[in-house]
Amino acid sequence: MVLLVATVLFTLGLIGVLTRKNVVFMLISVEIMLNAAGLAFVAAGSRWEQPDGQVMFLFILAMAAAEVSVGLALVLQIYHQHKTLDVENLKELKD
Amino acid sequence: MILVWMIGILLVGGIACWLVAQRNTFVCRWIALIAVITAFLIPVGWYVQHQPVIVAGDNWLVHFQADWIPAFGISFHLAMDGLSFIMLLLTFLLGVLAVLCSWNEIREKTGFYFFNLLWTLAGIAGVFVAMDLFLFYFFWEVMLVPMYFLIAIWGDFNRRYAAYKFFIFTQTGGLLMLLSILALYFIHGQQSGGNYTFDYFALLNTTMVGATARWIMLGFLIAFVIKLPMVPLHNWLPDAHSEAPTAGSLILAGLLLKTGAYGIIRFVLPLFPQASFDVAWFAMLVGVVGIVYGALLAFAQTDLKRLIAYTSVSHMGFVLLGVFAFREIALQGVVMQLLTHGVSTGALFVLAGMLKERLHTRDINQMGGLWTAMPRMGGIAMVFVMASLGLPFLGSFIAEFLILMGAFPVSPVLTIIASGGLVLSALYSLRIVQKVFLGQAQTVGEPPRDLSAREWVIMASLTAAIIFLGLYPQPVLDMVRNVIGEMVVRR
Amino acid sequence: MDQLLAYIPAFPLLGFLILSLFGRNLPKQLIGVIGAGTVCIAALITIVVGIAFLQTTPEGGAFSQLLWSWFRVGNLSIDISLRVDALTLVFIFIITFVGALIHIYSAFFMWHDRDYARFFASMNLFVCAMLLLVMADNLVLMYLGWEGVGLCSYLLIGFWYEVPSNCRAANKAFLITRIGDTALLIGLFLLFQELGTLNIPGILQRAPDYFASGSSNIELITILLLVGGMGKSAQMPLQTWLPDAMAGPSPVSALIHAATMVTAGVYLIARMHVLFQLSPVTMAIVAIIGAITLLVAGCSALVQTDIKRILAYSTISQIGYMFLALGIGAWSAAIFHFFTHAFFKALLFLAAGVVIEALHHEHNIFMMGGLRKRMPVVFFTFLAGAAALSALPLVSAGFFSKDAILWYSWSAANGNSFLWLIALAGAFITALYSTRLMLVVFWGEMKTPIHEQPAQGMVIPLIVLAFFSVAAGFIEWPHNMVHLTLFSDHVQKVLPETVMKQGLPSEYLFQAIAAFMTFAGVYMGYMMYYGKPGVRWQQSPGLSATREFLFSGWKFDQLYQFLFVKPFVFITRINKSDVIDRMYNGIAQASLRLNSWFSISQNGSLRLYIVGVLAGILFIITLQLLL
Repeated sequence: MVLLVATVLFTLGLIGVLTRKNVVFMLISVEIMLNAAGLAFVAAGSRWEQPDGQVMFLFILAMAAAEVSVGLALVLQIYHQHKTLDVENLKELKD
Repeated sequence: MILVWMIGILLVGGIACWLVAQRNTFVCRWIALIAVITAFLIPVGWYVQHQPVIVAGDNWLVHFQADWIPAFGISFHLAMDGLSFIMLLLTFLLGVLAVLCSWNEIREKTGFYFFNLLWTLAGIAGVFVAMDLFLFYFFWEVMLVPMYFLIAIWGDFNRRYAAYKFFIFTQTGGLLMLLSILALYFIHGQQSGGNYTFDYFALLNTTMVGATARWIMLGFLIAFVIKLPMVPLHNWLPDAHSEAPTAGSLILAGLLLKTGAYGIIRFVLPLFPQASFDVAWFAMLVGVVGIVYGALLAFAQTDLKRLIAYTSVSHMGFVLLGVFAFREIALQGVVMQLLTHGVSTGALFVLAGMLKERLHTRDINQMGGLWTAMPRMGGIAMVFVMASLGLPFLGSFIAEFLILMGAFPVSPVLTIIASGGLVLSALYSLRIVQKVFLGQAQTVGEPPRDLSAREWVIMASLTAAIIFLGLYPQPVLDMVRNVIGEMVVRR
Repeated sequence: MDQLLAYIPAFPLLGFLILSLFGRNLPKQLIGVIGAGTVCIAALITIVVGIAFLQTTPEGGAFSQLLWSWFRVGNLSIDISLRVDALTLVFIFIITFVGALIHIYSAFFMWHDRDYARFFASMNLFVCAMLLLVMADNLVLMYLGWEGVGLCSYLLIGFWYEVPSNCRAANKAFLITRIGDTALLIGLFLLFQELGTLNIPGILQRAPDYFASGSSNIELITILLLVGGMGKSAQMPLQTWLPDAMAGPSPVSALIHAATMVTAGVYLIARMHVLFQLSPVTMAIVAIIGAITLLVAGCSALVQTDIKRILAYSTISQIGYMFLALGIGAWSAAIFHFFTHAFFKALLFLAAGVVIEALHHEHNIFMMGGLRKRMPVVFFTFLAGAAALSALPLVSAGFFSKDAILWYSWSAANGNSFLWLIALAGAFITALYSTRLMLVVFWGEMKTPIHEQPAQGMVIPLIVLAFFSVAAGFIEWPHNMVHLTLFSDHVQKVLPETVMKQGLPSEYLFQAIAAFMTFAGVYMGYMMYYGKPGVRWQQSPGLSATREFLFSGWKFDQLYQFLFVKPFVFITRINKSDVIDRMYNGIAQASLRLNSWFSISQNGSLRLYIVGVLAGILFIITLQLLL
């Protein structure tokens, strides 16, 4: 049951990443996906009665925090330099 | 120990040049010259001292061994026999001339230039004396990278293309060789019960059969024939030669090509006697194809340096033919060919460089009638053109004569075709003289000046060398007799 | 006496070294003295050696001197060593003696040339190389001389290098002889493989035991040697370079392209006579080549208008006689013809040089004429040469040598009536073109004014040579006349005696026929050219076409141009940028193309990347589930 919720959450996040154009929203969607994965870990931990699932969730939490901080800093920089947050217009790396 | 000194002086001299040049380029040139001359004098002095020992006939004249990375069986093992000695002499002789002929030609980044020049020479010298396969590979790369810079920085108009091409071709070969070295290392380690070593003399005792030997041998062989170069792997050569600065062409033609031939004689034949014998007929065939094909292309060229580059392809075909004939006469001829080709083609490249310095073109259609203005250079050019077409009393004749004579009993048909290459060589050689020196003088304005004293020294020493080799080649032949003899016996 | 040999080539070599290194800074007088002097010294030493040789034949029939060991590898051992036997003596005598006369002549002839020193340097080097060729003890050293003379010939034909056609002629000469040289070289390899030595005495000694007569190996070897000889001696079909070689100065033509170098092939065959005797097929080929060449070249000489080209074709023709003689086994007759030919042909070239110089570099004989009265010395010497060339009976050296060849071409065991007829026709043609040359140049009215009279120094060599052109024949008489055979006695110390047929008709008959043919030729020439300006070849279109055909040397040049030169140039030109390079460039192009394809996917759209990632994950999961 919990896994089902996690799956739905993950799918929502994925769709968010795929459809949103704004970088900030994409970042949020990625966070949702991360949390979905964390949820799955916790669920698995409780199913097998192991602490590892929750340990992994802590890891994910820490990582997500780091990711958001770096990500947001990048987003700020991008906005400063390009005056836009639309990914369709951010194609500097193209070939 | 003298071997270490020799290489060390060049390496240190190179760094010193680089450092000094930022203050004074004049001193830098002199440092380079003195370093190379010292390195030249070391083996000469050694020869004068030890001549009786050489005649007595121990194959290995000088040994030096020190641990380098003992954990992997890598040692700093240098040794010199007659063949190495001859090649070292050639290396340093051409090295001195290379420094001399870049005296005025190089005007920017002088320090870095001489650094690269000396390091290439050190790498080449190392290749000729390294008796540890890992060390050999190390030196192989040491000579490659500075050469790349020489072409890419001080080259001519199309230098980037040429430098890349040179690097990719040789590096591909080097990679295959590295794989083969590693394969040999592991096979030998397993056979000898865990005694993993890169030492040449230990590896000589490895026994391999059939397909294994053939593949490993091919790895070495391809690396060496790319350097040689063999048709159809020769394409880096015309570009690299024609774009490189004069000293670069001199070292490329005179020395780098010789490392390929040296590698075949030193490694391929002794390590894989049976496997190399199996490919012999094919190698001879390709050698002959190279002789003819190179000559045809040389005839068509209008760029002087490119023309000379293709003659190298043609002449190196003789090396392949001679090596894989497995006859004493032919192998002696190959050693002579390495020497004389180094001298004669090197000289032609130097001449081409001098002409370019004066006329600012390499196109032979824009030259002509230069004999009037430069009779001395014309005379010298005549000597080396004649050397290139194999005129007796010049060293090249001895070389080609011995190779053909040695190869004749093995394969008369191929030898006859190769002899046909002599006619073709006359065609392209005479074309050089005719287009450049004969005919109506085409100069607009002031005629170019004849050889300066410095250039005269360069050319005179090369001329003396080629005539000496032609009239009295016996010292060279004696020097390598034991080495060659052992190789033939091993077969 | 042995120790003296090395000095013969050493002095010209010394002259070459001095002149080539310091020649530009020396005064002209000194250059002339060094250039001519060194050869004169060599000639003197030769005469000393020759006298010693004639007085007491040395042990083994030869003087020999080992200078140093050239190279020894395995069982191959080659020395720089010299050897003078009876045959070599004849050759070195001609080379140094005629060479010295020509050098003296050139000291005056070339006086006004800018490159005086270069000329003498090359000439001295030539003499040295030619001496090495004939004095070599082994075939490799002989090959050194062989190539050396080729080089000097190249340098001297292209001496006036500013004219492109001269350079082309030089290249042509070098290349065509080089083809022969390569054949010779292959012959050496084969010889070494069979006999294990390249030492000339060794070869001559071992060959009869080793080879069966007429075995395929010996035939092959001799044919290869023959091709080498044909290249140098301008025999069919490698003759085309010699007429063009006349681009060089006249003394060069006299020395190299008449007296010495072009007879190297004759020397080679005579030297290797043991091998040739073992292969009857090759002997027959030699004779046939000689016969064809003498006829073909003689016909071409008939219609040439350039005085030097006439002489060039006649040289080819006369060497054809020598080959014919060699082929029928008349060894001493061949060498005797070489001996006399060297004198009279050198004389003719030198005299032609004087004429050309006197008439402002006019080469066309129809622009000359009437020189008989104005240049009497030249006229008489030229007459002596022309008489010898056309073999006027008894009063010329050419008669004695050519008559011997004619006689042997019938009477020798290998001779036959066919060869004799060709030789006879050749004699007629020779007389005809000699007469034509004489009449057109020296009789009639003057068409070009004389610009200068020859210097004394040029006249003296002419007179000396004219003397020998008349007198050199008297040392060897036909058997039926005077029993004096000094020359063949001398040469037959080395060369075998000619084997004769049985039951021959009288020799007088043959001499009478030969003399008749000569006079017929002279008479016909007289009828056609005396007192009449111009030629009458143009009268009918058929004749005119024939003349054109003969004039161009039987169209050999055009044939070779079509068969070899054009295809070669075509192949090299289309492949100038190296087909194989295309292949590697193709690899480079292909990777660039791949790069451009793949870079389409790298379009910078983040969402597309994510789709890609997703697709990848789905793919892997699907795989996982399916398998």
